[in-house]
Amino acid sequence: MTGPECVTFAALLEDSAEDLYDNAPCGYVSTLLDGTIAKVNATLLRWLGHDRDDLVGRRRFPDLLTVGGRVYYETHVLPLLHMQGELGGVALEMKIADGTRLPVLLTSVVKKGPGGQAQLIRTTVFDARDRRAYEQELLRASQQAELERDRAQQLARTLQQTLLPPALPEVPGVEVEAYYHPASLDQVGGDFYDLFPLTAGTWGFFLGDVSGKGADAAVVTSLVRYTLRSGAIDDPEPADVLRHLNAVLNHTNPRLCTVIYGRIRPDGTGATVTLACGGHPPPVLIRADGTRELVRMPGGQLVGVLPVARFTTTTVHLGPGDTLLLYTDGLTEARIGADIRYSEEELRDDLSGPATARSVIAAATGLLASFGAGVEDDTALLAFSVQPPGATSPVS
Amino acid sequence: MDVSRRNNVVVTGNPEGPAVLLAHGFGCDQNLWRRIVPDLAQHCRVVLFDHTGSGRSDLSAWSAERHGTLDGYADDVLDICRELELRDVVLVGHSVSSMIAVLAANREPERFAQLVLLTPSPCYVDDGDYRGGFSRADIDELLAALESNYLGWSAAMAPVIVDNPDQPELAEELKNSFCRTDPAIARVFARATFLSDNREDLRKVTVPTLVIQCAVDAIAPPEVGQFTHDQIAGSKLVTLNAIGHCPQLSAPESTAEAILEFVVGR
Repeated sequence: MTGPECVTFAALLEDSAEDLYDNAPCGYVSTLLDGTIAKVNATLLRWLGHDRDDLVGRRRFPDLLTVGGRVYYETHVLPLLHMQGELGGVALEMKIADGTRLPVLLTSVVKKGPGGQAQLIRTTVFDARDRRAYEQELLRASQQAELERDRAQQLARTLQQTLLPPALPEVPGVEVEAYYHPASLDQVGGDFYDLFPLTAGTWGFFLGDVSGKGADAAVVTSLVRYTLRSGAIDDPEPADVLRHLNAVLNHTNPRLCTVIYGRIRPDGTGATVTLACGGHPPPVLIRADGTRELVRMPGGQLVGVLPVARFTTTTVHLGPGDTLLLYTDGLTEARIGADIRYSEEELRDDLSGPATARSVIAAATGLLASFGAGVEDDTALLAFSVQPPGATSPVS
Repeated sequence: MDVSRRNNVVVTGNPEGPAVLLAHGFGCDQNLWRRIVPDLAQHCRVVLFDHTGSGRSDLSAWSAERHGTLDGYADDVLDICRELELRDVVLVGHSVSSMIAVLAANREPERFAQLVLLTPSPCYVDDGDYRGGFSRADIDELLAALESNYLGWSAAMAPVIVDNPDQPELAEELKNSFCRTDPAIARVFARATFLSDNREDLRKVTVPTLVIQCAVDAIAPPEVGQFTHDQIAGSKLVTLNAIGHCPQLSAPESTAEAILEFVVGR
């Protein structure tokens, strides 16, 4: 910039510090530490419709705020200024002389004397009408979103409850325990289980996992549950129950599922369990002597994929002290490292024996808790154990 | 339950002196006592803490049910006394904590030697002849003011230490606490604070009590301090020549002096 231009600019600006202070595009107010107004600029006086003489030395800054703002100022702003010397971005409303209000944003610093002692609070006041209107919209939107989320969770919870048995029936001589871990509060999961009486002395049960989650999966889960329950009514062979389910799913829905269907018959020496498997992870069998094994039923196919599917069956006898755990892959496919997932074998090794239905469910839920956010899918657990000799309730 | 961790309890001062338990009010945390702790610590065993949900307390211990009323906070205070095995406690409550102190002392009077109520109000809302200073609409407005400040909470309230460059540990301490509060927690605390009516509880106080008020206080005006003093039989009233609601910050010397004179007679 050359000399003459400089002079022109200076003349245009007519800049004096005083003029800059008084007619700045923001309000300035200086107060004593207790809030008494010591100095205020013309901009703020104009905004508020006050005369300088009404305010300086006569009013405290909090007096210019709405009641709510005053309490906030006294309980939050002044203490923070005392303690940390400055504060920015405080959203408050100031009272205008005509009774209306001016939303403002305040930034304050404490001015120190030469000895470091606090002397004054200097505050800049920005007109925040537009911004506040926008914020109100945001606030309303976030409150609405919170409400919607509560509603979605409530709906998901209710729906989930209808997909699980409210209580498990008693099976004489057999301890039964189940657990359901939802991966998300917002969505219904696709895992399911049930236990129900079939004939005198025989109980049917199933545990499985419908692909996907949410409302669509819930529709299929509901269909699967009722198809299994109705297909089991005459206590056919377990593999036939799955064949029936496969036929229904093939006709009606593109979804697929994995499931174990079985029946349990208490006898004089424990209980006989017959299992049919459709592509589901193998149950863990924990013997009374502490040995553990995976009950594999290789060759069982996913339910709902092929028009005619093959299902494999096996029979296990549970003696006193033996425990059988059925689970879904939410547990065995939990992420336990960057690229590492838990496995069926690790589950088998991590469960200690001998166990009971209750203790094995406690151990499995403990594992779920230890995986934390690594559990990415819902998990259903169902366990049976035969009470060891000498337990309070005799085997019938 | 580890109460010391839950409430970020800090014990300092003269171990031979009387136990003085300082309860901070709505808004900030135990840092609010900073300016009077050195004076008190010469003569007293000073116990500081953060209310559950405030400052550096364990937020997981906060519950909307327990901390939705001042009784829950009084329970917390009694928990602290029990865990630290404090006897003949001088309980100093600022602002809403003065009523928390009243509730705690009425529950277990034998545990407390004295109460100090700093800028107390037993009821903020006007009711008939009683003037608390606020209408119900005012309180709703306050809750709205809190709400609008949570929008920019993290940025607005990040404390910047300007005057203690040579005390980094202090800066560290402040960065983590201060007047930062989870908005959901602050909302519940604000309701409990400003909508409680503890006027009836004042008459049940049997512990010797000192009421300290400021000459000018927009939140707890002098007539409310007078009312509190009148309702507590045998209580003493000191009016500080100070302005505002936090005399421990704005007039620390005279606040400490009033407390010490009552507690150790000097």
